Amino acid sequence: MPAPPSEPTGAGVDLAVVGAGPAGMSAAVTAADAGCRVAVLDLSGRPGGQFWRWGPATADGRFHHDWARFAALEERFRRHQQAGGIDYRSGHFVFALQLASPSPPAFLVHAVADERSRVGVSLTARRVLVATGAYDRQLPVPGWTLPGVMAAGAAQALLKGSGVAPGRRVVVAGTGPFLLPVAAGLVRAGARVVAVAEASEPLDYLRRPRVLAGSWRKLPEAVSYLTVLARYRVPLLRRHAVIEAAGQGRLEQVTLARVDRDWRVVEGTERRVEADVLAAGYGFLPQVELLADAGASLHSDVDGSLVAAVGTDQQTAVSGLFAAGETTGVGGAELAGLEGAAAGAAVAAGLGRPVALPDASARRRAAGLRRFAAVMQAVHGVQSGWTGWPNAETVVCRCEEVTLADLRAAQDLGADDTRSIKVLARPGMGWCQGRMCAHAVGALLGEVGVVPTRRPLAQPVPLRVLADLAETLSR
Amino acid sequence: MTTTGLPGSGFEVTVDGVAVRVPAGQTVAAVLIAEGYQGWRRTRRLGQWRGLSCGIGVCFDCLVTLNGSPGVRACLVDARPGDEIITEEGSGFASAAV
Repeated sequence: MPAPPSEPTGAGVDLAVVGAGPAGMSAAVTAADAGCRVAVLDLSGRPGGQFWRWGPATADGRFHHDWARFAALEERFRRHQQAGGIDYRSGHFVFALQLASPSPPAFLVHAVADERSRVGVSLTARRVLVATGAYDRQLPVPGWTLPGVMAAGAAQALLKGSGVAPGRRVVVAGTGPFLLPVAAGLVRAGARVVAVAEASEPLDYLRRPRVLAGSWRKLPEAVSYLTVLARYRVPLLRRHAVIEAAGQGRLEQVTLARVDRDWRVVEGTERRVEADVLAAGYGFLPQVELLADAGASLHSDVDGSLVAAVGTDQQTAVSGLFAAGETTGVGGAELAGLEGAAAGAAVAAGLGRPVALPDASARRRAAGLRRFAAVMQAVHGVQSGWTGWPNAETVVCRCEEVTLADLRAAQDLGADDTRSIKVLARPGMGWCQGRMCAHAVGALLGEVGVVPTRRPLAQPVPLRVLADLAETLSR
Repeated sequence: MTTTGLPGSGFEVTVDGVAVRVPAGQTVAAVLIAEGYQGWRRTRRLGQWRGLSCGIGVCFDCLVTLNGSPGVRACLVDARPGDEIITEEGSGFASAAV
């Protein structure tokens, strides 16, 4: 379909926020409160991010946690939109950040404006905040490409956004507290949750009583989900995992098994369970591609995911480039909101606007949430025994359909790092650019640590958009 | 499948040419799943069925052809009145015609 050329680079904004989840929204309203002109570019159709994803069928918040907090934030956001302080651009995916000038900083933000028409849009901004959140870490097992096998976040997004349950008989599997709201939401929507399989040992939280005591406010939320699951008699299996999915053209059965501390299957504990949906998530992978390519320094978090290093003002190593929320470490919506507000205030202060920086109690609260997040990531860390779950025929790279046998063959040819493996066997060279499989390929090949990938384009972009962009920039 | 949209409100789209009535505010992926689809694309090498995977625009597994445009992520776009949704075969690069 032909599309109009890129919009010319228009008047700049003080702050461009990428992502309208808890972090991005908080930053935008804080900066707009101080008089900054803010553009918010968001992949979704409505502000809220994944945590508060909603639609006409779910606007009453019955599938959501902390909906009153969202309603208040959304009200502030909407008022700034009406007053012109916030320019909310829904359906925009930002594929590149370009540093137009280092000092004073100025950025060009390049986006594709609509998944349907795919029009290029560029805007200039004095500061940029990347609050792109995270997606579920998936572990490849036999049959995981079958329709019906999806990320826990996919089931959640379908329910929260469209009010649709993904199926009738669901197994929820993976690790982390996120499995609980997913399972609770599904039963509330009328699906039968056959089991929740948690690969880790949640009792390990009790080994850190001090951090737990400081995080007592998390308890009511967990208890509310556990109460729902108990009422519907959903079995919660500790140290269990789904190690195989099977079916003809769609999911029909999963194999549950007990796993040891290293997540190796305890032999003889395997059992098959009928299910039409498997909702799986082994923690989260932050979307740091834009930050990596713009030159921000990244480091490996407790859970092994790559996150941006930021100062107390949420600024990255690149002057004028900020990060907040899961891109600086997976810590949940409340921490994301506090970090977003801190970033918004720092941006406003840096631009000479009168603004109150986060007070001591906000900083203490954020520090407490970070301590809890570190414990959570440690308790629910992915253990290497999972690499025994896939077999030779298991597709590891979904896009290029590269099996574990293909990877081993490349290794046998002498490829001994991810780059050579990629060249020989093509994992990570398809649509998703390795987002789904890079961590798995590394782990399966015995690589230690994560190699940051820099990509000039953070997402696939139509050539037409790039051609139009080149024309716009040369003007 | 459980759909909790408001009864009465909604519009028509077509899925592979068949008319379907859907409530407003559902993604194309939600429309397909509510219609009983789990898989709606076949891969080019192994011919595997694929459907919703990451659900939030990262994995590109849920591609459909929407109103003639191939390679559209069904999880990202809300269905609109009159949309023609076509399930896909192959790479998702049909428009490139290579």
